[in-house]
Amino acid sequence: MSFIRDTWIIFRRSMVLSLRQPLWVVIGLLQPILYLTLFGPLLQTIAATSGFQGDAWQVFVPGLLVQLGIFGGLFVGFGIIAEWRSGVIDRQLVSPAARTAIIAGRTLRDVVVITVQAIVLVGAAFFLGLRVPVGALLIGLVLVALLGAAFSFISNAIGMATKSEDALAPMVNTLALPILLLSGILLPMTLAPAWLQIVANFNPFKHIVEALRAVFLGQFDSPIVWIGLLLAVVLVVIGAWVGSRVLAAQTK
Amino acid sequence: MKPQSHPFQPIRRLPVELIAVPHNDNEAQVTNTIIEAKGLKRSFKAKGAKGKTIDAVRGIDLSVREGEIVGFLGPNGAGKTTTLKMLCTLLAPTDGSATVVGADLRRDPVEVRRRIGYVSQAGSTSPEAKVGEEIVSHARLYGIDKQVAIQRGKELLTALDLAEIWDRTCGSLSGGQRRRLDIVMGLIHQPRLVFLDEPSTGLDPQSRANLWNHIRKLRDELGTTVFLTTHYMDEADSLSDRILIIDHGTIVAEGTPAELKKRVSGDTITLTLRTEADAVNSGGIATRLNGADAPVIEANVVRFHVPDGATALPVLLGDLTKAGIDAIGVDVNRPTLDDVFLTLTGRSLRD
Repeated sequence: MSFIRDTWIIFRRSMVLSLRQPLWVVIGLLQPILYLTLFGPLLQTIAATSGFQGDAWQVFVPGLLVQLGIFGGLFVGFGIIAEWRSGVIDRQLVSPAARTAIIAGRTLRDVVVITVQAIVLVGAAFFLGLRVPVGALLIGLVLVALLGAAFSFISNAIGMATKSEDALAPMVNTLALPILLLSGILLPMTLAPAWLQIVANFNPFKHIVEALRAVFLGQFDSPIVWIGLLLAVVLVVIGAWVGSRVLAAQTK
Repeated sequence: MKPQSHPFQPIRRLPVELIAVPHNDNEAQVTNTIIEAKGLKRSFKAKGAKGKTIDAVRGIDLSVREGEIVGFLGPNGAGKTTTLKMLCTLLAPTDGSATVVGADLRRDPVEVRRRIGYVSQAGSTSPEAKVGEEIVSHARLYGIDKQVAIQRGKELLTALDLAEIWDRTCGSLSGGQRRRLDIVMGLIHQPRLVFLDEPSTGLDPQSRANLWNHIRKLRDELGTTVFLTTHYMDEADSLSDRILIIDHGTIVAEGTPAELKKRVSGDTITLTLRTEADAVNSGGIATRLNGADAPVIEANVVRFHVPDGATALPVLLGDLTKAGIDAIGVDVNRPTLDDVFLTLTGRSLRD
């Protein structure tokens, strides 16, 4: 099938280029580790006192993983704008490649990069004291990959639709901040007043974070786990749909 | 291949001319006309104003024969790039139809994509990518096998004097090298037709001349049809077998460079005066010269055409002296495409 073949060709090219920038790979890996080492200790005391179930790492690492999926994906749009500027996107659009593959190949690259970062994060957390079942880690990685895919699709789509870093930056920030604040990634939403909790309930990422925390506590049969995974899949579908629409609109 | 070994050899020996005749008329058309556009049109929604549209290309007809180098000449904003993007499937036409290398542009854009090459003025490669990688990955999108892509890529690079760059990063190449690499990328699937968008923009004079040689070689040695846009008259003049001039979204003239220049009556005289008032007065004097056309006055410069510049000049200078006007500079030029454009549109291509 030409879509899969073309996605693979675009993915390989993008992956090779990403690996050629070792500095970026290192910075990407460093960020979650900084969070773990510089922010994690603060949570040790908070986790003991309020709102959370489980130890600090069981609470904090799921939040960090979700954050990695969201932010890892959100900023990739800058890359596609640079590629468009150097003529690469038009060159691929003039080829018979499947339109969707042009964006899906790049998103697949982002998913691989984000998943590797997530593995490093989980590994570092293990050394700091995280103890969870292997199944929980696998579900965590799947969730990160799904979120990374959804946000990479959306970021690439915004990048191609605006073709301007100046437009992309504020849009990404506007999208990211409420998602972060209303998801309970850094602090549990149970600490929030009632109205804020109600607002947060509309944020799908709150449920995704809760799902992953439940998994990390070993509550695999909790319905929230399925809700979280389902929400992530729905986000990927929406992202892929928006992404391919924007790519197809390039030649409209 | 010997004729005897041809799998479709006719049973009776036919005269060569008869064997060469194609089976139907359609096929004959495909081999002769490589682009045929009718009423191709594109309008954009105007920004800010609701419901308003801007007609970038207002229904143009054009046809290009196989093996031609056609120059598409016009000022910035005339609709050149919009037309090119439509013919390359990068932009859907609002109306009209076109057949490009035998495929219908609107019904089967994917087939058009398989059959054309496109070299954008924006480039085609990432600066951090290696030349060989970009060539191979691009070729793979056309379903070309990796080994074939490597071999073909290296041959094309050699043909464009880029033999040693396979393992270099694209960002380390000079502007001229990178432009030639873009052409290699556009030719990797051996298209019969290649579109070049403003090929020499931003290159130094030496690289331009070199690039022009390579573009000519494309046609002369590979038989590739070349359709190029440019806003440089010298480029259109020196490269094209035929030129189409576009202005305000319509084709205003078409012909060989020589034919187009014949449309301009005679030589151009350009007078530079000290003041704008002098320019206006000189314009009046110029009009009285034998066979002169209406002068175009831009600030202190007057331009007009006379059938024969060499005989008109002494008369003109005498008249100017009598009127007490002092010319700073006088130029007599054989017609250029810029003059053609000026004659056709009343504006200079440089504007």
